[in-house]
Amino acid sequence: MTALTALCTLLAVGALLIILSYIAWQGIGSLNLQFLIDRPRPVGEGGGIGNAILGSLVLLAISSVIGLPLGISVGVYLSEVGTGRFAGAVRFMVDTLTGIPSIVTGVFVYAVLVLPMKHFSAFAGGVALALIMIPIVARTTEEMLKLVPHSLREGALALGAPQWRVTLGVIIPAAAPGIATGAMLAIARISGETAPLLFTAFGSRFFPSSLNEPIASLTVQIYNYAISPYDEWHAQAWAATLVLMVLVLGINISVRFVTRKRF
Amino acid sequence: MSAVEHNGLRFGFSNWRRVLSPTGNTGDAIFRIAMLLVALLMVAIVVAMVWALATDALMSIRQFGFGFLIARKWDPIKGDFGALPFVYGTVMSSVIALAISIPFSLGIAIFLVEQAPPYIARPVGFLVELLAAIPSVVYGLWGIFVLAPVLREHVQPILQTAFGWLPLFQGSMTGIGLLTGGIILAIMVTPIISAVVRDVLAAVPGSQREAALALGATKWEMIRVVLVNGAPGIAGAIILGLGRALGETMAVTMVIGNRAQISPSLFDPAYTIASAIANEFTEATGDLYVSALVELGLILFLVTFIVNGIARLLVWNVTRKTGGVGRAA
Repeated sequence: MTALTALCTLLAVGALLIILSYIAWQGIGSLNLQFLIDRPRPVGEGGGIGNAILGSLVLLAISSVIGLPLGISVGVYLSEVGTGRFAGAVRFMVDTLTGIPSIVTGVFVYAVLVLPMKHFSAFAGGVALALIMIPIVARTTEEMLKLVPHSLREGALALGAPQWRVTLGVIIPAAAPGIATGAMLAIARISGETAPLLFTAFGSRFFPSSLNEPIASLTVQIYNYAISPYDEWHAQAWAATLVLMVLVLGINISVRFVTRKRF
Repeated sequence: MSAVEHNGLRFGFSNWRRVLSPTGNTGDAIFRIAMLLVALLMVAIVVAMVWALATDALMSIRQFGFGFLIARKWDPIKGDFGALPFVYGTVMSSVIALAISIPFSLGIAIFLVEQAPPYIARPVGFLVELLAAIPSVVYGLWGIFVLAPVLREHVQPILQTAFGWLPLFQGSMTGIGLLTGGIILAIMVTPIISAVVRDVLAAVPGSQREAALALGATKWEMIRVVLVNGAPGIAGAIILGLGRALGETMAVTMVIGNRAQISPSLFDPAYTIASAIANEFTEATGDLYVSALVELGLILFLVTFIVNGIARLLVWNVTRKTGGVGRAA
């Protein structure tokens, strides 16, 4: 039986290695400096993913600015402030948000932001990503805060500090590494999201000039190139994927080595 | 703040003030109000989501009623919108995914929790979890250019020769269709299911294992005892994987063929709810078309909401009872 279960595990790890090595093998061919800084060009003229890399970073920045403070605050509420039925309801809502398919989040942001503004925008894309980020950050923050020993809270309160100073000055700093880890993993997660961007950030073939305009992203670019009929664009999709994977796996693996814990 | 002021302030609004600030400190009151507002925002977002989806879907709901779910025709040009092909594609691709993924996930979890020594279990467990970190669109790309050709050239011909008498394996072998979508989904949900099953198995008390072994059970019989003990949690893990598979968009969209049809063959193209929204939303012309797509989104929201709720209840019950190691603990 051990052989059978080991085989299952081996196949899963094998699938990972096959996928990753195939991406590296296919992607490395089209990867060069020009590709990383140029914007998309018509078929046959080369072009690159510079605008998509920049666009993805802009989207990550917008969603982090919105999502990190909100997510951490919700985590603080769940761990330090909320009690009873309402806190239970909030925790349930946060879990609900985690489980919502990201495409539905996209439809929601389209309905409340894109339609009233009448155009796709980087801002709408950032909000969609933030909505995915908040529940992830909230739950990891809550768990990290709950790991802080109770004696620390009691000690600070016994010294006469009010609750807000205990929380902001003692508990959160004590849990900061864990909260940062959760934030990094959330960023890694949303940097791979495509579906919520399709009709919020939309995509663009130019460098971003305003947050109020459609913006390119690595993932949407990969999708558009992958379903195109051109071999050249397929090759570029693989190269863009390699860049994306370096970012996503880079965050995941470095978090693992920094924390040496399983999340 | 002096005691007099303090009491004076407390006097008028004693009840709600005590709730906001049990210590009577103004800073605490501000802090707690701020946190409460953020918490309310979470509730508001979920409520707004249901409300926005429902209002935008209203036109389609009024036009088609419950018949929307069982109508087979999706014809945007004629204004005929029926969701059955999408419901079928979503359910079938998820069922294929779970059928493949469940044995693998259980095998992986059993190996990592019960059999492998820690110096193997930790790094290997991390590698399996990395599968969940690969973005959906990357699975899609890999599915189009690697998995689909392999299935077309090598797997589908074998299946057709062996089981061709079943309608499931008849038809043309293009490599793009329901089967490919299901297999891609299986790879994507396996790390999720196996991670939760690992938590569930680890939460089964060691005394159960010792008791089984003390009664003379073999290692495998002992594992069966552990599995029976964790059964509700394992069911929860599987349902959690189902919730993920139902809503998965990009990878499926790229390999399932995107044709709104109900074909008995697994080799034929199909369409899922999420894929339909992803493909047609920006191109939809006419209010009814958009409304029908939003209604698809509403259906997806409600289904994943229920599925995830059930899953969480099951997993939470198991990992909580033992004060276990699970995330839910």
